[in-house]
Amino acid sequence: MSEKLLIEAVNDCFHVELERDENVMVMGEDVGRAGGVFRATAGLRDRFGADRCVDTPLAEAGILGTAMGLCMAGWRPVCEMQYDAFSYPCLDQLITHVGRYRWRTGGAMDFPVTIRMPYGGGVKAPELHDDSPEAYYAHTPGVKVAIPSTPADAKGLLASAIREPDPVVILEPKLHYRTMRGEVPEGEYTVPLGEARLAREGTDVTLVAYGSMVPLCEQAADGLDGEASVEVLDLRTLKPLDEDALLESAAKTGRVVIVQEAPRTAGFGAELAAILAEKAILDLRGPVIRVTGYDVPYPYWQIEDAYMPSVERVTDAVRKLLEF
Amino acid sequence: MAQVLPDERELRRVIGDGEGIPDGEVEGLDESDLIELYRSMVMLRTYDERSVVYHRQGRIGTYAIFWNHEAMQAGSVYALERDDWIFPSYRESAIGLLRGMPVSTVLSWWRGHPAGWWNPLDYNVASICVPIATHVPHAVGLAWGKKLRGERAVAIAYFGDGATSEGSFHEGANFAGVMKAPAILFCNNNQWAISTPLSAQTAAETLADKAAGYGMPGARVDGGDVLAVYEATRTAVERARSGEGPSFIEAVTYRTAPHATADDQAAYIDLERVEEEKRNECVGRYERYLQRLGVLTDERAEEIRAEALERMREGIAAAEAEPTADVDLLFRNAYANPPSSFDEELAELRKLLRP
Repeated sequence: MSEKLLIEAVNDCFHVELERDENVMVMGEDVGRAGGVFRATAGLRDRFGADRCVDTPLAEAGILGTAMGLCMAGWRPVCEMQYDAFSYPCLDQLITHVGRYRWRTGGAMDFPVTIRMPYGGGVKAPELHDDSPEAYYAHTPGVKVAIPSTPADAKGLLASAIREPDPVVILEPKLHYRTMRGEVPEGEYTVPLGEARLAREGTDVTLVAYGSMVPLCEQAADGLDGEASVEVLDLRTLKPLDEDALLESAAKTGRVVIVQEAPRTAGFGAELAAILAEKAILDLRGPVIRVTGYDVPYPYWQIEDAYMPSVERVTDAVRKLLEF
Repeated sequence: MAQVLPDERELRRVIGDGEGIPDGEVEGLDESDLIELYRSMVMLRTYDERSVVYHRQGRIGTYAIFWNHEAMQAGSVYALERDDWIFPSYRESAIGLLRGMPVSTVLSWWRGHPAGWWNPLDYNVASICVPIATHVPHAVGLAWGKKLRGERAVAIAYFGDGATSEGSFHEGANFAGVMKAPAILFCNNNQWAISTPLSAQTAAETLADKAAGYGMPGARVDGGDVLAVYEATRTAVERARSGEGPSFIEAVTYRTAPHATADDQAAYIDLERVEEEKRNECVGRYERYLQRLGVLTDERAEEIRAEALERMREGIAAAEAEPTADVDLLFRNAYANPPSSFDEELAELRKLLRP
């Protein structure tokens, strides 16, 4: 164990996984010479060579498209999309091929591609550096989606994604790249896809979150200390979802608030709410409440705090639910 | 020797017209090669013509016709080795037949049956790409990945003139140039993208001009001339294999058939021009060339056509004999590690489907 920043945990994972499997390669814009704009891939080019840590042309669909071909040649490419909202051109490949190709070959070929990107707001960045696009990815059949909230999970989930035979999209909370430190196991370390983490135990209400909303929920839970016993469930993987953990917690507390940074309509929170409506209705003592971003473009950063779900909004939702 | 005209804007051709333009020949091809090429073309032609009939009979679904594209497909594949990879679009749906794929597999694909999904590793033929140009980066990635492994395989991607307007074409071509990928970008310019003529697709003088922007050579060949296509592809393969990188080939032909069985081209095309182009279609042109050379007798031609027809008869029979696909195929192949919910969903579905 050693204490690492979240971004250092990502970098550590790469060093371990590229050493472990010579078929793993990293590709993306500025990942080589610069080591990535956030330094996630620092040191890889020097250590493993320019063929395994590839500075690509500036073309996200080209990155993911060629990665599919690299898979067919036996590689396990890890594609970096430089920012959440820069990943949209790659959706063309993701939807038309990445999630379908295995099925198209009758299951004969695997496409072990990993797509990772920094996501989310709160970093006072220009437009289109702040999006939370997880729903686009989670909605695509054939693709798995994970979002870590801690340095250890950032390492462990990425390692699992790299070793997974199916395509996996990893969204990393960029707000916490350099603002969150945590204990990270040394060497090989994986966190299985599809297993949620109980970030905090409680009995009165469950806050369900992932990525950068997890620490926010923990803060809200702290603030409610003495007033309510709040459980925080960190989903870690959106797809496949740990439905058992969700239903178990809902059964225990009977009250669920879902917190999501992305816009509200058809967000991943809506999926969670639907599952609770289908499978937990008799356990619930009040409505499932969502605290989300608004259905607007991510705002100018001077007023971004008003857009982001805040401790106040989460606390308010919890109180309303307790009073229901 | 191919008549490579000094002005590369002209189309390279080998086959003459039996009148003013003399026949050429391609170095390195002997009589058996010439017959093999003919056999490939006849197989593709027979496949295509029978498929239109099968569609009319309701035995296959909507079908993308490739009549008069056979020279481009057969000529280019003949320049490849078995380890080289083919990335077809739907216009090349039957190209796997040239690699030993059963006819029934391709027919099953057009019948919407899972038996039409093949393992690309069995033939080094990728799955049919239905969206336009998005497979170009796949071919480039595979070629690049093979090169990184020190393997000598090259990859060829087939697409139409309309595909050169798609971002994926440009991104793929650019990657190919930058990575010096042993890839061949093969454009079958049949001058129509459904109803959109080439003039509405690009302001470039030729599609081959686009190659310059990606640092690769662009050749223009007569797409109705199987030998010119073969020779241009062979040059591109040699270049790729020797580590010099990718090439772009613009093979120019004319789409004499509708885009697909669901299309009525009378609404937008000049049917007189179509008739004129049909008179010069590629299989007939090659047949007459072989006859002028004295390589192909009527009996041999008839034999080859009969073989192809027989392969089709067996193919459609086998495709129609495929048992109805089980509904578990809905779930089975989407993931290597499927979510546990699939089991429940399948069980529930089975209960409802049970008579």
